[in-house]
Amino acid sequence: MAEQTYQDAPLHEHRSLWMDVWLAFRNHTGALVGVGVFAFIVLAVLLGPFLHGIDPQYLDIQARNAPVSWSHPLGTDNLGRDMLAQMLAGGRISLAVGFTAMLLSLVLGTGVGVLAGYFKRLDGLLMRSTDLFLALPLLPLLLVIIMLFRDTLRAALGPETGIFLLIVFVIGITSWMQTARIVRGEVLAIKEREFVTAARSIGTRERRIVARHVLPNVMSPIMVSATLGIANAIITESALSFLGLGFPPDFPTWGRLLFDGANFISITPARVIWPGLAISLTVLSVNYIGDGLRDALDPRLRGT
Amino acid sequence: MTSMHRSGKARAVPYNRVAKISMAAMLVAACGPDEIVEEFVPPEPVENRHVNILYWQAVSTMNPYLSGGTKEIEAASLVIEPLANYDDNGEMVPVLAAGIPTRENGGVAGDMTTITWKLKQDVVWADGTPFTARDVVFTGEYCLHEEVGCSADASFTDVEGFEALDDHTVRVTFSVAKPVPYGPFVGAVTPIIQAQQFKNCTGLRAPECTTENFGPIGTGPFKVDEFRANDVISFSANERYREPGKPWMKTVTLKGGGDAASSARAVLETGEYDYAWNLQVEPEILEQMLAAGKGEIVMGFGTNVERLVINQTNADSSLGPERRSLLLDGTNPHPFLSDPHVRRALSLAIDRQLLVEAGYGPTGRVTCNIVPAPPIYASTANEGCRTPDPDEAKRLLDEAGWVPGPDGVRAKDGVRLSILYQTSTNSVRQGTQALIKQMWQQIGVETELRNIDGGVFFGGDPASPDTYQKFYADVEMYTSNFQGTDPEFYMAAWVCDEAPGPDNQWLGTNMSRGCSAEFDALVDKLAVTPYGEERFETAKRMNDIVVENHFLIPLIWRASTSARARSLKGVRMNPWDSELWNIEDWHR
Repeated sequence: MAEQTYQDAPLHEHRSLWMDVWLAFRNHTGALVGVGVFAFIVLAVLLGPFLHGIDPQYLDIQARNAPVSWSHPLGTDNLGRDMLAQMLAGGRISLAVGFTAMLLSLVLGTGVGVLAGYFKRLDGLLMRSTDLFLALPLLPLLLVIIMLFRDTLRAALGPETGIFLLIVFVIGITSWMQTARIVRGEVLAIKEREFVTAARSIGTRERRIVARHVLPNVMSPIMVSATLGIANAIITESALSFLGLGFPPDFPTWGRLLFDGANFISITPARVIWPGLAISLTVLSVNYIGDGLRDALDPRLRGT
Repeated sequence: MTSMHRSGKARAVPYNRVAKISMAAMLVAACGPDEIVEEFVPPEPVENRHVNILYWQAVSTMNPYLSGGTKEIEAASLVIEPLANYDDNGEMVPVLAAGIPTRENGGVAGDMTTITWKLKQDVVWADGTPFTARDVVFTGEYCLHEEVGCSADASFTDVEGFEALDDHTVRVTFSVAKPVPYGPFVGAVTPIIQAQQFKNCTGLRAPECTTENFGPIGTGPFKVDEFRANDVISFSANERYREPGKPWMKTVTLKGGGDAASSARAVLETGEYDYAWNLQVEPEILEQMLAAGKGEIVMGFGTNVERLVINQTNADSSLGPERRSLLLDGTNPHPFLSDPHVRRALSLAIDRQLLVEAGYGPTGRVTCNIVPAPPIYASTANEGCRTPDPDEAKRLLDEAGWVPGPDGVRAKDGVRLSILYQTSTNSVRQGTQALIKQMWQQIGVETELRNIDGGVFFGGDPASPDTYQKFYADVEMYTSNFQGTDPEFYMAAWVCDEAPGPDNQWLGTNMSRGCSAEFDALVDKLAVTPYGEERFETAKRMNDIVVENHFLIPLIWRASTSARARSLKGVRMNPWDSELWNIEDWHR
């Protein structure tokens, strides 16, 4: 009987927070398109190599600068490497680097930001070290880190895994500062709000206050910096590869494909268009997803 | 505000010009109405007597004795000149000397221990003071000063002293009989600097004299107006230049920076520059840029050879700096590249013709010699390398006990044939790397590629692990050449003792760390063998030793390749000396 009543009155159906978020998110057209595009890209780079079985590093010197054809759907480069295979292989690396580095910098940035904003005695120390990191010239720092640890990691984990970990770590550790500053600012404002005072007055532990009341309310700036962080990480990786400090030169990533193709832009424009489009679409779709999530997560916006 | 002001000014210029032209027309009109009708022709475009040169590696100093980089040597060759240089055929021609001293004309002593240069009369420096033998002696002593890290040291090998016999005669004395005494003061590497200007800049003070090093007073066709290190240099014509009516150009701008492809584009496609140096660019890109019709390629085959250097010492990263890539009297051999079978197999597997087609086109040729020219010195003993033979390579490896493992990579006693292969960052070089990697893969050799920024790789910083001297890799690739037509000093650089290490501040020149007693003996022999069949054969034999031992694997004989604007005439590519050797004859 009780079930009957609920079905008759769907408006009073109990909904979880995440169900609420999803319902709000669903109304954001841009975000939905973003999810679609992003899912397509991820599926393509994950499953594509099984459908298109050419080795991305194989040089078919007879088929240099080949145009679009059935065997090479995106043509080939000046050494006869298949562009589609390179795009798919490069996408795996670029997305993996982008996401892992973004997550690392997000965790670091949010952690430092929340601690600095919430606990006054940590504020000075943490924010000064943030300033210190901001003041460091990044590229020289990256060069030094890579110079120092490249050989050790290469020997321990092999050239690809070793350099992947190193690059992710290096990008993550040098890009958390903006997030930390923004989060700290928000936390400072939120911890003076009534609901936090209320929570404190009933004896909620600090840990719970941070997790239940503060973090959800700083979600939107975190989302925004996360989406920007992915783009930043993909581009930093390609700059490092270009300087010869990233992956080996025959190891395709989107950034490297773009750099290598730049000189061939008028002979084989596809070499620039596809990686460029892939980077732009990834960044754009992630931005839209972030935008939609922010709106959906913000209780004030969700209500309207 | 500023931008409005600027555009206003820019517009004013054509108006002024119109005013001047109409003034001129009025003056002509004043001469008489008949003449106007007959002689009125549209005004000729103003002659462009300015040339813009682009070097994609920027120039850091105008004193070649303190740098040794090609870019510095060539930039300085506009201002300071040697006694003689090499023309575009590789022939020695006098510049500040009145003639080339030989044994026949008595300039070279009978016992071959001295050479006496007669200088041209009436040559003056750009500041008006006369050029004398004292300047030549000063230059020699400047470079040989113990406290100066003179980069032209090799040209002064075995020199005992310099002596000014009178104002226009200089004698160089050698400690041994020197049948080919044309090292000191020949070619753009060893130009004469002014004694008066540099007298306080000897020894340890040499690098501190920035005014002098950035703006040397010279006898050449141009003088430095403004020098901005690692950026741009402005030159104007030296009005005291000894040849009347030259240089034709009034001013020169030499700009540095960018990369090979963008500098080629600046001349061939957009026409912003008149001359661009060293175009290591894929042939299809060059061809497509040429189609724009703004410029042409000038090239000359000299002695540039793109080569693989095979490390004979252990470069394993687990070794500390006290062992890694150090010769240590042969006690630190490479785990597998010290096996001659492996080195030979690596060379056999490479299809050089393919490398030329993919990366160089008409600007490169297959070569099997490390000294490919001049013809008298080019060996013919190694032509077998022109046809790749991967099957023979596999057979050799099998025979030597290197058998393929489960992953397809050959191994023996737990040592895998896995190579770390480094070179500088340049898309042609990375293409070559990828091709060679695949060729080696086919014979069961695994390769990891690494590219290093050219500034670091060739920078020579003893603190950096990534220089080509440190060679913390198994194989490396770059191009090298020698100035002039005699390879004596060039090959002397590969003796066993010259292996780089901390004892020579990593400035040693035997990059492969390969040692051959026979080679070292021939170096000494070549130094005292006069021109003739025996000298040529000795040099060829030295080339063959290096190539047969596969310490160096020659790949491509590269032309010196530059681009010039169509309007620029008189450019004669010179692969034996400075490319800008005849800039006084450039015109439009």
